Amino acid sequence: MTKTLQRRAGLLLLAAGAALALRPAPALAQQELKIGIIAPVTGIFAQVGADMTNGFKMYLEQTNSTFAGTKVVPIIEDSQGKPDLAVTKARKLILEDHVQMIVGGVLATEGYALAPVSTELKTVYISSVTAADDLTQRQIGKYPYFIRESWSSSQPMHPFGQWACDQGYKKIATIAADYAFGYESVGGFQKTFEACGGKIVQKIWPPIGTKDFGPYIPTIKSDADAVFSLMVGPMALQFPKQLRNSGYTKPILGGSVSYDEAALPFMGDEVIGDVSAEQYSAALQTPKNEAFVKSYRAKYGKVPSYFSESNYTTAMMIEDVMKETGGKWPGAEAFIAKMAALHVDAVRGPLSFDENRNVVQNIYIKKVEKTTLFGYPKPELWDVVIKTYPNVSQFWTFGKDAFLKQPVYSRDYPPCKYCE
Amino acid sequence: MSMTRPQGKVLAVAAVLVGIALIVPHTNSFVILLTTRALAFSILVMSVDLLLGFTGLASMGQAAYLGIGAYLTAILATRYHIGLGDDFWLVVALAMLGSAALAAFFGLLAMRASGVYFLMITLALGQCVWGLAYRWNSLTGGDNGINLSQRPRFFGIDFSHGVTFFYLVFALFAISLLLMGTLVRSPFGRSLVGIRERELRMKILGYNTWLHKYIAFVIAGAFGGLSGVLWVHTAGIVSTDDVVLTTSVDALLMVVLGGAGTLFGGVLGAGVVFFVREYLSTLVHWWQYVLGAIYVLVILYLPGGLMSIPQRLRQGRAAPRAAAAGALATASTASSPARGAG
Amino acid sequence: MGAQFWLIQIFNGISYGALLFLVGSGLSLIFGVMRIVNLAHGSYFLLGGYVALSVIWATGSWVLSIPVAAVSIAILGLAMERVFLRPLGFDPLRQVLLTVGFAFLFQQAALDIWSGNPFDIDPPDELTRSIVVGGLHLPMYRIFMIGVALAIGLTLWLVMEKTRLGAAIRATVDDAQMARGVGINTSLISTLIFGLGAFLAALGGVIGGAFLGVYPGLDFEILPLAFAVVIIGGMGSLGGAAIGALVVGLADNFGKALFPEVAYFTLYAPMALILAVRPTGLFGRE
Repeated sequence: MTKTLQRRAGLLLLAAGAALALRPAPALAQQELKIGIIAPVTGIFAQVGADMTNGFKMYLEQTNSTFAGTKVVPIIEDSQGKPDLAVTKARKLILEDHVQMIVGGVLATEGYALAPVSTELKTVYISSVTAADDLTQRQIGKYPYFIRESWSSSQPMHPFGQWACDQGYKKIATIAADYAFGYESVGGFQKTFEACGGKIVQKIWPPIGTKDFGPYIPTIKSDADAVFSLMVGPMALQFPKQLRNSGYTKPILGGSVSYDEAALPFMGDEVIGDVSAEQYSAALQTPKNEAFVKSYRAKYGKVPSYFSESNYTTAMMIEDVMKETGGKWPGAEAFIAKMAALHVDAVRGPLSFDENRNVVQNIYIKKVEKTTLFGYPKPELWDVVIKTYPNVSQFWTFGKDAFLKQPVYSRDYPPCKYCE
Repeated sequence: MSMTRPQGKVLAVAAVLVGIALIVPHTNSFVILLTTRALAFSILVMSVDLLLGFTGLASMGQAAYLGIGAYLTAILATRYHIGLGDDFWLVVALAMLGSAALAAFFGLLAMRASGVYFLMITLALGQCVWGLAYRWNSLTGGDNGINLSQRPRFFGIDFSHGVTFFYLVFALFAISLLLMGTLVRSPFGRSLVGIRERELRMKILGYNTWLHKYIAFVIAGAFGGLSGVLWVHTAGIVSTDDVVLTTSVDALLMVVLGGAGTLFGGVLGAGVVFFVREYLSTLVHWWQYVLGAIYVLVILYLPGGLMSIPQRLRQGRAAPRAAAAGALATASTASSPARGAG
Repeated sequence: MGAQFWLIQIFNGISYGALLFLVGSGLSLIFGVMRIVNLAHGSYFLLGGYVALSVIWATGSWVLSIPVAAVSIAILGLAMERVFLRPLGFDPLRQVLLTVGFAFLFQQAALDIWSGNPFDIDPPDELTRSIVVGGLHLPMYRIFMIGVALAIGLTLWLVMEKTRLGAAIRATVDDAQMARGVGINTSLISTLIFGLGAFLAALGGVIGGAFLGVYPGLDFEILPLAFAVVIIGGMGSLGGAAIGALVVGLADNFGKALFPEVAYFTLYAPMALILAVRPTGLFGRE
């Protein structure tokens, strides 16, 4: 009797599950462009995910979700910051929701996990954040449907190293978060800095998530002219404070994200004067950027960072391609080809793509200043642009073949020749 | 506990399994992938139940063994091209042996502690494995992880196809369930339960309780390794994310959710969690609240987990303390020796 | 590496240990009295920081934020103990897992209420300077953290050793059954201690918020540190928690400074080894 009851209950549950699972996949409507956006909606990277999707959605709202007469349907899926879940959701988006393309991914692991999916399922994958160098370098051959609109980790660091030489720095100590993004940032900086006569005399790698830099700061070599730091998120907030409190008065050169808009609004005045290099600054004094920053801030209550700009621009690029095809989906291969041939005047400046389908863009050297901008009443911290390097590709001035001969930047490459 | 009406339970479980095997392949690819993921992870969860529900050891570091299995598979496949053909079975064996070896080493350290201290030391050991995976860049890819470019092909079958791979995982899952089920019903398994409930008495009766627990720990490690092999093949990538603390905590929570000491309970728990986390999250963004609420409500009102629902229905609302004391409370007597043993 | 290096590292280690004491003492007390490991402890820490931020945004007063945050989270802890943990009776495993369930709920709620941006708590200017002593720059805030830890530690010690309440608490920690036997209301003590634990954690969160920041994920990052303190110091012992915090603070600091290659293991490897050798921690009482 009980056995039967158990069996009945079990089968009932199965039936319910099956009913849920067997609901027919939404059919592909006429003249609809379905875009799958994979971003962390929950979890510790939720703010990044919010910034990404907000940027994308803002462009859709400004264009009434219609690209060249075709209705755009964005489907946002939560990757929760995990690569295996990103893959699972990507497969759902492609196989069940029939999206024409996937946009997004944040961490290197997500990029490395999603790119093969794009190859296997022959679907366009546009990276609007993921910066892992090698995806568009030695590994691009494996990913014919992959194109990167955002940046590669070392891309802004190459000109930064050159800039450091030009300022007269001779010896620099680096302190960067101990993970691939940190290695690639330091690597790019070191390569060009040492190529023009500079010396990296020390490399410190605090584990990602370090907030107490107490153990590391006293070990910074006193003969260094400056410190190069690559700090992410909460680390970025604490490091400059602690370094300055220890009595360190020499300059801090922050790699890309150390002072960007994801962290800067939450910092204090101790970071005024610190310099960094990135492909975007919210303080960029162009009409396009001013309009973008004002709309974004009015809508979402915060100054946009590159996460938002990048996704906004990705949406813009998608529209540009759709305009070329008169609103018809040209198929994955043709879309990639057209997108890679684009020349866009984006919010962050002129963009194009190199032969490995990574974006070619301006890199801005920016200095933190407390000032009023764009008509906002109060003085706030902004990354004011002090120099622009135009048309910077991921290969800098080395040329693709020469660059690809060297291994990908890692903890040990380039080697620290001048460290004791 | 779960020893009442074993035939009924076995048949029910078998019916559910047959149902899954027949129905899931006819759903869409997303559900198939989800089920595959849940089944692969369930092998780890069942091993955690082996420790928790049967031996009374609450370990918060079992993800380490999934990690060994996953990393070993990925390294052998990407560096030495081993494991993608008929040698898949060799890799399975190596992974299980490797995880068992790690469990054998960790067990020597961990088993010196008991109760909540055992929890802590397994947590610390698991974190050491995480740290190793993170730092040993050249071997593990560090935080980038290792990508597996393809699924294995053997016996003339290509497992890159979603449904075919599902059957492979399902088969290995069913075999694991069968093996662990046989183990817990064997004299050895019964001794484990005896040790969980009254360790002192078992010692007096002449059982080498330490050895019994140790063997259970090693076996759990081995199954964790198997889980890892399937896990990395399902996702196509292994990274430090897989050996992080929350993975171990997840496995524990799934066991308690489903019902400790039932083996299949962990599978149910895994099913619920994967469903909420991966399916529900495609529909609503507040799925975290649903999951948290499920945990809290089940822990509060269903001491025996989801598997105890039929029993509760049968006995009406008056579930005696004994039912609640099923697997969980007795697991905790091991953590309070000061209260007097025996 | 001259004397300056060692001195500053010792100072750093001690100040870090001071913060850890705030986090770990509450956890240690909770375990001592209730025999459960509160895995929502990190959540209390983080929520303390968030509540303090809200107070600061609303009133501009950092000083006010400290008691408001600590008390409100203490109330949260009390509620959780009374309503959810108490009905489970003596069932450590289920209680532990219940706290985990709540930790997940708190994490999502914090994200929804305060957003996922990385925040920093701004203490008054006097505390952000550094004083120079013998060529060493000592940040005032670190000195402040040491001061708070000493004050809290002293107060707790006085209560424990010199008051009847303290005696009752110690009795409950030692042997709850016996304590009940002599008429001590152990149930009330448990609730009180849980609230106190939450209070201390939230206090740590406010104080630590200016040092670590306030952001999603901090709850689970701070938890292993709290465990390390409690394990090394022994559960249920305040003095042990102080020693444990000091040991962890110094060892972690020196470990990272001298052997940066093994930075990931400076916490967990010693923890595992200590437990393997002395399964109840260095000063454990079981």
